[in-house]
Amino acid sequence: MSLKRACAIAGVAESRLGVVPDSTVLTLQAEAFAAALFDAGIEKTDVDGLLVSGAWGRLPQLQIAEYLGIQPTYADSTSVGGASFEFHLGHAAAAIQAGLCKVAVILYGSTQRSKQDKYIFQIRNDLGYQYEAPFGLPTPVGAYALAASRHFAEYGTTSDQLADLAVATRAWAALNPKAYRRDPLTRDQVINSGLIASPLRRLDCCLFTDGGGAVVVVSPDVAKTLDKPPVWLLGQGESHSHAQISEMPNLTVTPAAESGKRAFAMAGVTHDHIDVTEIYDSFTITVLLTLESLGFCSPGEGGAFLANGRTGPGGDFPLNTNGGGLSYCHPGQYGIFLIIEAVRQLRSECDERQVADAVIALISGTGGVLSSNSTCILGLE
Amino acid sequence: MAEDKNTLDPDADPYWEGAAKGVLRYRRCTNCSIAIFYPRSICPNCGATDPKWAVSEGAGVVYACTTVHRAPPAFAERAPYTVLLVDLDEGFRMMGGLLSEPCETTVVVGDRVTVTFTDGPDGRPAPYFKPV
Repeated sequence: MSLKRACAIAGVAESRLGVVPDSTVLTLQAEAFAAALFDAGIEKTDVDGLLVSGAWGRLPQLQIAEYLGIQPTYADSTSVGGASFEFHLGHAAAAIQAGLCKVAVILYGSTQRSKQDKYIFQIRNDLGYQYEAPFGLPTPVGAYALAASRHFAEYGTTSDQLADLAVATRAWAALNPKAYRRDPLTRDQVINSGLIASPLRRLDCCLFTDGGGAVVVVSPDVAKTLDKPPVWLLGQGESHSHAQISEMPNLTVTPAAESGKRAFAMAGVTHDHIDVTEIYDSFTITVLLTLESLGFCSPGEGGAFLANGRTGPGGDFPLNTNGGGLSYCHPGQYGIFLIIEAVRQLRSECDERQVADAVIALISGTGGVLSSNSTCILGLE
Repeated sequence: MAEDKNTLDPDADPYWEGAAKGVLRYRRCTNCSIAIFYPRSICPNCGATDPKWAVSEGAGVVYACTTVHRAPPAFAERAPYTVLLVDLDEGFRMMGGLLSEPCETTVVVGDRVTVTFTDGPDGRPAPYFKPV
């Protein structure tokens, strides 16, 4: 069974991003929700599916549905960290294919910056976490630093190579009016930005912002009735392998290896067909490991792949074209913004940062501490 | 930390009892024989229940390591300090600290290390490693 063309994305939108003190998680999601429905040309009363993830509230799915006045007949709160929304896209496709709903909305919002909600940084000390808690590994950056240390030792990867990704991603952000940091960045600035957990430095790490996003997913029948060109789901795969970093089977191979294989097979495309790529950049090392796991380069070649600005504007591998979690926004669970940017690129709505002739996009969301991954391949008609 | 631990944990209590005596305990599956860490009531490989407890010699190889410069608040006074993932000779991986005395001690991936139990930030003995 395949999800190829089982659904189309009809509308996408962000809320206000960055620092939004006059907001709550509910108002930001309402902003994004209304804007995405407007983008799609769909009425709220047509929404019958709701997919939500968030580290807020008691029961986020119920709270946001109540606030928006939705009583969905299909609900999914799969919550696997920042990759949740790529999982949701696959789940929405399956539900639509099964006839369980016709118009599903994927939603996220966070006020972590304004409210200084450091929930994700808390060191837990129960269940499996009690075996890591005594050592003060900062979460999540320490886990990613451990993976980087392993990749450096195994393959000779360097901090300069990681820095080049941060620089290239900032160059994309300079072309995106909504990006939080748009000043030019140099390799030296990244290298001199101060160690957080070796070998990762401050500018290897994503932003800490507010923000919300929404994605409207519709059945093929609904897609045909809308004004904007539908962006079709061609393939999706998902996997998760562990919750805490000491349990990750191999620190240089992420669950993207499994999810990517499935997504490519379902879509019936190869790496050469991908015009634009949006990969979760919680940290620079996340992107390197994901590129290798997806097979864009061989194990150990990720550093060379990223070096010297290949992924930036004008490079031959356009990557994280909105400026990414590193420079555009990162409100805790960033994955929904990968979908939003890929859809805009395929619709040619990206102005200065538009990738020419983009027809097929690949999205790869990573959650937890390299724990979960879903790959989605999207395409135009 | 210990003050958070207000209930019995059948997976963990034998481990921490061992730690208090300077003994590194893990579990081994009685069906497929793999070493299991962290300790748990079911084999994550074959699904057999009730793996047996075993004692590790505490020797292994550094699999990954990071030195923390920006520490969580409760650990700020200790920074910088090093956190390791160690592959123990018995066939399991675990997280541990790098023994901070002498303070110039460093390790790299691939170094052989051995465990010693010393008081963690909550005063409870926890596994720290030192170079062999």
